[in-house]
Amino acid sequence: MTKYSMIVDVDKCTGCYACFLACRDEFQGNDYLPHSVAQPTSTDSMAGQNWIRVEETERGTFPKVKVSYTPIMCQQCEDAPCIDAATDGAVYRREDGIVMIDPEKAAGQKAIADSCPYDLIFWNEEKAVAQKCTFCTHLLDKNEQPRCIEACPVAAIQIGDLDDPNSVVAKAAKEGEQLNPEFGINPLVSYAGLPKKFVTGEVIVKDGDAEECVAGVSVTLKSDDQERATVTNTFGDFEFDGLTADSNYTLVISHDGYAPIERTVKTESDVNLGVIELGIG
Amino acid sequence: MAEQTFTNLTNAGPVSVTVRDDKIIRVRPLAADPDDFKPWSIEADGKTYSPPKKFNISPFAFGERERIYSDNRIKYPMKRVDFDPNGERNPQNRGKSEFERISWDEALDIVSGELKRVSDTYGPSAISGMTSSHHNWGIVGYKMGPFWRFFNQLGFTPVFDNPDSWEGWHWGATHTYGFYWRLGMPEQYDLLEDSLKNAEMIVYWSNDPDSTRGIYTGQDSAIWRQWLKEKDVEMVFIDPFQNYTATAMEGKWIAPRIGTDTAMALAVAYVWLSEGTYDKDYIESRTVGFDNFKDYVLGSTDNKPKTPEWASQESGVPARTITALARQWAKKRTVLSAGARGGEGGACRQAFGTEWARLMVLLQAMQGLGKPGVSIWGTTMGAPFDASIWFPGYADPDGKMSTSRAADRQPKNPTPQRLYRPDVPDAILNPPYSWLGEGFCGQSLEQQFIPYTYPAEGCSEIKLWYRYGGSFMGTMNDTTKWVDMYQSPKLEFVINQDCWWQSETRMADIILPACTHMEREDLGEWGTGNGYTQHASNGCNFRVIVRQQKCIEPLWESKSDYDIFSALADRLGFGEDFTEGKTDKDWAKAFFDISDLPEHISWEEFDEKGYYIINVPDDYEPTPSLRWFAEDRNCDTPDLGNPKRTSNEANQLGTYSGKIEFTSESLSEHFPDDEERPVSPRYIDSWEGHKSPLADKYPLQLLSPHPRFTFHTHYDGHTPSLDDIPGHRLKIDGYAYWPARINPEDAAARGIKDGDIVKLYNDRAAGVLCAAVITGRVRPGIIHAYASSGVYDPLEPGEPNSIDRGGCVAMLTPTKLMSKNVPGMAPNSCLIEIERWEA
Repeated sequence: MTKYSMIVDVDKCTGCYACFLACRDEFQGNDYLPHSVAQPTSTDSMAGQNWIRVEETERGTFPKVKVSYTPIMCQQCEDAPCIDAATDGAVYRREDGIVMIDPEKAAGQKAIADSCPYDLIFWNEEKAVAQKCTFCTHLLDKNEQPRCIEACPVAAIQIGDLDDPNSVVAKAAKEGEQLNPEFGINPLVSYAGLPKKFVTGEVIVKDGDAEECVAGVSVTLKSDDQERATVTNTFGDFEFDGLTADSNYTLVISHDGYAPIERTVKTESDVNLGVIELGIG
Repeated sequence: MAEQTFTNLTNAGPVSVTVRDDKIIRVRPLAADPDDFKPWSIEADGKTYSPPKKFNISPFAFGERERIYSDNRIKYPMKRVDFDPNGERNPQNRGKSEFERISWDEALDIVSGELKRVSDTYGPSAISGMTSSHHNWGIVGYKMGPFWRFFNQLGFTPVFDNPDSWEGWHWGATHTYGFYWRLGMPEQYDLLEDSLKNAEMIVYWSNDPDSTRGIYTGQDSAIWRQWLKEKDVEMVFIDPFQNYTATAMEGKWIAPRIGTDTAMALAVAYVWLSEGTYDKDYIESRTVGFDNFKDYVLGSTDNKPKTPEWASQESGVPARTITALARQWAKKRTVLSAGARGGEGGACRQAFGTEWARLMVLLQAMQGLGKPGVSIWGTTMGAPFDASIWFPGYADPDGKMSTSRAADRQPKNPTPQRLYRPDVPDAILNPPYSWLGEGFCGQSLEQQFIPYTYPAEGCSEIKLWYRYGGSFMGTMNDTTKWVDMYQSPKLEFVINQDCWWQSETRMADIILPACTHMEREDLGEWGTGNGYTQHASNGCNFRVIVRQQKCIEPLWESKSDYDIFSALADRLGFGEDFTEGKTDKDWAKAFFDISDLPEHISWEEFDEKGYYIINVPDDYEPTPSLRWFAEDRNCDTPDLGNPKRTSNEANQLGTYSGKIEFTSESLSEHFPDDEERPVSPRYIDSWEGHKSPLADKYPLQLLSPHPRFTFHTHYDGHTPSLDDIPGHRLKIDGYAYWPARINPEDAAARGIKDGDIVKLYNDRAAGVLCAAVITGRVRPGIIHAYASSGVYDPLEPGEPNSIDRGGCVAMLTPTKLMSKNVPGMAPNSCLIEIERWEA
């Protein structure tokens, strides 16, 4: 059996929005029955359906800032609330695993549009139908790629068969993360590099008024259940990314010939410890 | 009804266009037969790098269908209601009055009648006009095609283009390493392979290649940078804005104040000089005039050593960071990613931007420019490339129907008078106007020194202005002046010919609707105009020539530019000379016939199939840019424009000495006493910078680089989906505002919240309304708002001093040129204030 899913690598995504625009090009004003009815066009009063959207996340403070872009398309949930919300089998799962809205059966069922906790189903007032990303089944069925994947210049989005252990998605799914796991609906689309909290700082020494960046300084970050270590780079910068929010950590900076420095940090938000000066005892 | 698929080419990549019932329903990257691709591969550190068989077009090109069917298309010929060619013309109402639909016959009669009247009355020099860059693609229908063929025949005053995207390189770097035939940009051959094999660090200095995309080469180079990132090549980004390449690549971000990059560069040189970490042999054998430079950097001449501490006070970047950068740069094989396609950031487009661009070359010279891993590389060109097959680009004389061998006759414009684009309004409103240089000076260094005055001797002032496309409100400087010019009675007649209602369309008397490149026949190569940027399509992973097939009939009453100018030529009595009896498709075949393509594919097959991919041969031998120079060999790259390449001086650069000049011999000869572009580069306080007295009143510096989600102004304003991209425009109460990015510190001081409507203003502009984006991606003291808004939307239409809410921040920027003898524009030397706007 085939079980389609996608893997999204947020670290690769450059935020170019080609996926978003390609999706609009494919579906605005174009019917692909029985897969989907046309998305309202941009000049339509109902414009603005984002079957794939790209979320920008900016973290940190000047000058230690990180920006991530997360493309979000239908998550193909195993416990899909849209299937439950539909009557008459209007939302169904294809044999290849893709969740589909039957445009005819779904007529008038606004509950379908309201059921998605990711806000990925849209209500088309004029046609009285709920609409969403189809993984471009009308193209997949002709052995063509979904438009978002074709458009991506860096293969940040890939599609494959979860039941094929050698497929890129099956491999990625093992280590992948879910978007909003707290929804508890088991999305099959998996992510790498979803933005978390980070702790950063810059280590220097002073000689009179002169300051110097110090490379190669050991920095460790400890919490109750883990310990991570790094060294400062040529600019004296260190960074721990991928930290859980609202956690307490102890950070220790140690360098030969200097007194160790200890700081406690809490990842309520991203933490920039700023300039940290090494001193003798 | 059955679907049909056509091939076409945009300024951002090749496309397949699906048409059903005479309507375009899909525009996707060209779906070529996988068997036609033969991907190159590069071996580096035990890994093989090879591109996927696909074309990565720029994001906005996915909006092509929306753009073509936009409600904003000019649908019919139009006449301003209060314009009467035989009575009151009411020029003061340009931009204010409404338009009424007229027939093509009436429009062509008026336009041809006015062209004849003005030419007969004042002489052909009284006619001028100008095209905009790059709104369509193709050779036959491009801006260099019908427009020039028509006006060369008629006689007119052409407008010199300025190298607006890379000014400092053109007017500065050329006097350091030549490359005037590339308008100051260095050759880029095989630098992808060289960097994958040899680079240990890349310093992106005022360069955002992920946004500027090699101008035309789409997103093909995005994967190259991904490869380099995965190889752990260290990356540093110097830019007051943490640009999109920086956010994608991560690495170290260094944010200087605008106008101080030169100080930082000098401090890098200072560290190398004081620590002896530069390539002394290279300096000795490959450069001239080093001692003069060295004395200045060390402070022997002015008692002011250019130390990191000194540069820190200027730039706001900690001295320790500058020192660390300099040391790492010297220690590692470092690519300087500044300049070359995509390297056209703010630092070269500001007061004295020549000095920064020259220093970029000199810093790399100190590290052995041309040696393995030591290059100036924008990261958007330089893939393996077969240069042996010639195909004309729009900027090649053979690629223009006015000068090409593809034409039976090549009409010559007899008029000696010229205008200069950055200052057209100043010249027209307040003549006489003088300037130096021929705009794009690709023939010689001396072209930069030729003096011009408007009006030229024996010539008329301009009475008729023919605008083709219309984007200058968003791209030129202090653009209120353009409105003033349009409303002047000095211009007796103004025409605007375009596909869309753009920023200047409303300023015309007669408007002619043109069609897009999908509504006519054409052909072209992806990614290059050649000319002064030969082989720019080596920024694409696959070289591809596309037959631009007419997908649909021209929409509404629009016509191709070729048909419009044919009809005008007909009325003026030279129709047959203009067309030579050829249709646009005949011209396409004529260009095909003079190219090398017939040796590889027949016209019939090309016409039917729609494209031809020129793959890299199996026995490809890379010739990395400037390796020949570093090794004192004859130039072995296919850099066709290099005039010494085939001479007995083929081991030399295009400078007077043939070497890299720390002290410029061309400037020593022509401007020995210029303090603003001295013979050896200097740091000079900006004439509008953080230390200017004006900063008391306007304390913020405006950074307005090239935009990310449009191409210049194109696609903006008539591609609605772009307005749903928050980095491009932000909708507030249903109106899509242009974002202005502001540091939290500056926002808090002014009570500005994220998503507020804000007014950017200074003495040049009453205000430009934008959406405030509060972000740590800009350093305090800087406002980042892209140039090139395609929407000029004055609250009081036709009022030159009106507040604009379309986001044309170019209204704020100065028309003052870079320096006394340097006619480059300097939009990034711009002080402003910003405040919350309450309507």
